Amino acid sequence: MNAAGIRQKIAFTILGLITLLVVAPIVLIIYYVISRGWSAMSWEFLTAAPRNGMKEGGIFPAIVGTVLLIVGTMLFSLPVGILSAVYLVEYAKDNLFTRLIKLSVVNLSGIPSIVYGLFGFTLFVVFLGFGTSILAGSLTLAIMSLPVIITATKEALEAVPMTYREISLSLGATRWQTVRYCVLPYAIPGILTGTVLSLSRAAGETAPILFTVAAFYLPRLPRSVFDQVMALPYHLYVISTQVPNMPAKLSFATGLVLIGLVCLMNLVSIVLRAHYRKKKQW
Amino acid sequence: MVEQNVIIKTVNLNCFYGDQQVLRDINLDVYRNEILGIIGPANSGKTTFLRAMNRLNSRYLHYRQTGEIIFENQNQQDIADTLLRQKIGIIFAMPQVLPVTIYENVAYGPMVHGVRDKHRIEQLVEESLKKAFVWEELKDRLRSPAVKLSGGQQQRLCIARTLAIEPDVILYDEPCSGLDPISTAKMEDTMALLAQSYTQILVTNNTKQASRVSHRCAFFLMGEMVEVNQTQKLFTYPDDQRTDDYITGKFG
Amino acid sequence: MFRKINERIIETAIRVSGFAVIAFVILIFLFLLKDSLSLFRVYPLKAFLTSTQWLPISEPPTFGIIPLLMGSILVMVGAIVICVPIGVATALFIAEVAPGYLKMILKSLVEILASIPSVVLGFIGIVWLGPFLKTTLHLNTGMCGLTGAILLAFMALPTIISISEDAIIGIPRSYKEAAYGLGATRWQTMWRIVLPAASSGIIAAVMLGIGRVIGETMVVMMVTGNAPIIPHSILQPLRTLTATIAGEMGETVGGSDHYYALFAVGLVLFVITFMLNFVADISLRKSRK
Repeated sequence: MNAAGIRQKIAFTILGLITLLVVAPIVLIIYYVISRGWSAMSWEFLTAAPRNGMKEGGIFPAIVGTVLLIVGTMLFSLPVGILSAVYLVEYAKDNLFTRLIKLSVVNLSGIPSIVYGLFGFTLFVVFLGFGTSILAGSLTLAIMSLPVIITATKEALEAVPMTYREISLSLGATRWQTVRYCVLPYAIPGILTGTVLSLSRAAGETAPILFTVAAFYLPRLPRSVFDQVMALPYHLYVISTQVPNMPAKLSFATGLVLIGLVCLMNLVSIVLRAHYRKKKQW
Repeated sequence: MVEQNVIIKTVNLNCFYGDQQVLRDINLDVYRNEILGIIGPANSGKTTFLRAMNRLNSRYLHYRQTGEIIFENQNQQDIADTLLRQKIGIIFAMPQVLPVTIYENVAYGPMVHGVRDKHRIEQLVEESLKKAFVWEELKDRLRSPAVKLSGGQQQRLCIARTLAIEPDVILYDEPCSGLDPISTAKMEDTMALLAQSYTQILVTNNTKQASRVSHRCAFFLMGEMVEVNQTQKLFTYPDDQRTDDYITGKFG
Repeated sequence: MFRKINERIIETAIRVSGFAVIAFVILIFLFLLKDSLSLFRVYPLKAFLTSTQWLPISEPPTFGIIPLLMGSILVMVGAIVICVPIGVATALFIAEVAPGYLKMILKSLVEILASIPSVVLGFIGIVWLGPFLKTTLHLNTGMCGLTGAILLAFMALPTIISISEDAIIGIPRSYKEAAYGLGATRWQTMWRIVLPAASSGIIAAVMLGIGRVIGETMVVMMVTGNAPIIPHSILQPLRTLTATIAGEMGETVGGSDHYYALFAVGLVLFVITFMLNFVADISLRKSRK
């Protein structure tokens, strides 16, 4: 082997080792959380409220809170996200308004989550008077989720062949009919995948819900959208930093449930993607 | 043979993509119930002309046109997109079907034009498939996906789909370019029979096809209309030397 | 007729949604600005930007952003120094070296990393990385800038890897073939041709990575020790812009100077990330051309 070949071999080995350095901790962290948290996992842990300063009992209210927040976020972000992507792909002309929307999407995606938290607090909690509530938290998370949903929907719409639109328009369909019957049905898989992914991000976020919805300790379930709720990520933050002498296994188990929930949603999105890819006809 | 009244008339039609002019001062009359062939080498503006008829070009971002198109004695600009395209249907170059069933492909047009009655739609589907001469082949599998059909069947399905919106004019943009000779012959037969009730404009690269099917024929070259004449005349004693050179295969 | 009205409504909704996206960015800016201005009416902007002390509850309070900014920058620089070379190397390995099946596994692992909530990583920092660094480096406390920087580097990796990978994959095959034609090895081609050609994409990746790191809240709040003083070393406890907002917001009284000061910090964050994203967007566009 010549010198260049040897150098290549060394370089590739180094690249491989660095990659190992990246992925090994991922596997280790997951393993660590599972192995330490599994012992505390039980039916009671998943279905009971916390007791005794959160050092005993379960995390049921936090699970419910997080699920409610996911649903609320979806209700707000899905219509706005999909419709604005439809605007960008199907309606927009190349003008200032369109460029501003695109720039806004880019910038929304870069705004720190804590700034969303501040904004949600000052607009929804204080200015609009929703108080610290599911409504305020969901709206905050929804705005934060918009860029991912818009980007995913845009890509899904752009992947639908131009000819479908051409056929529909040439038959005298209106623009909306064309979108409704010949574009959206074929973009739905991509839209769903992106949506689930963005919701899984929202489910794991702590900073935006700190001042908009999250309750430190609230062992009952909410009665309306104006109630506070506990949420899994915030609960994990609280018990790992604010509660002295917290049994570590409960923290690990909470982390495990949170990772499990997020991974489950990711899995759903992967399965959806695979399922529709098989059925794809074009 | 051809009823001598004008259904479409273009007056000094100029078309541009950005700075590039693709059609120059086209003045052309299309007569009712004729088959007008449009021939010419690639990039001579044939397809642009065709798509200008039902304003499909307006989808392109930097497209603009000047001059007038008169349809049924009305300025085309005054007719809504949806109505104009219902009156003037188009068949594209490669068979283009929607990824739904055969039935849904044909029913789509009537559906978007507000036909809600199921029986009426069924009737329209059957009539249209019959007029396009594919009913016998397809009647037993109306509920199977249209993409499974052969190219020739797909293209005649496209004709049926266009007929279902009950147009007056049918545009063809090189409709046989992807088809085998037998399917091509069937298409040409279909067009001949449709001439009884429809005006048809056929853009084609295949001069032989134009000479077989069309009543009159126009020759486009680099954005200009060189000549329009009775098909027989154009293919035997054309007025213009360039037409002669093209049909005898000196270029193109 | 009914259909026409229906269509009008839906098309209006579509346009309104497009407009809403712009409106949100403007609203976020305006609301941050409104509350920040409330601070600057009573506390000079110059002092906010130049004072080296953040003492919000002493009497009189000082709201100097410098220590927080220094904290953020120090952690950010630490994280970027760690994650950019590692991320780009991993992207090269995934895009150019790894065989198909390994590529799939590696990419899914990176996706899993992207989906791990930051609060879980913060928790890992508290129970494992912090104590580990404390004993191995003989520090006074494991809750310091370095712990934060390592975890943030880890969090920014998915962004850097996936965008760099896209840039590397997007390089025209002809470039590489020309190099192979001249007898270059795959490594020489990667080093001399692929990396330079992908540079604007990689710059965008770095910008977005910086954006993520600067904006990350929970990890830094949980592991960097929360000391709002100008740090002299990354091995000391420090406090970032984000952690200040998250940590102090709950303790302020609505409408107090301290409360408004936190919005001013938010505004600074907004402006920083806005600019980073702007630059990243320009580089991304360049790399796609």
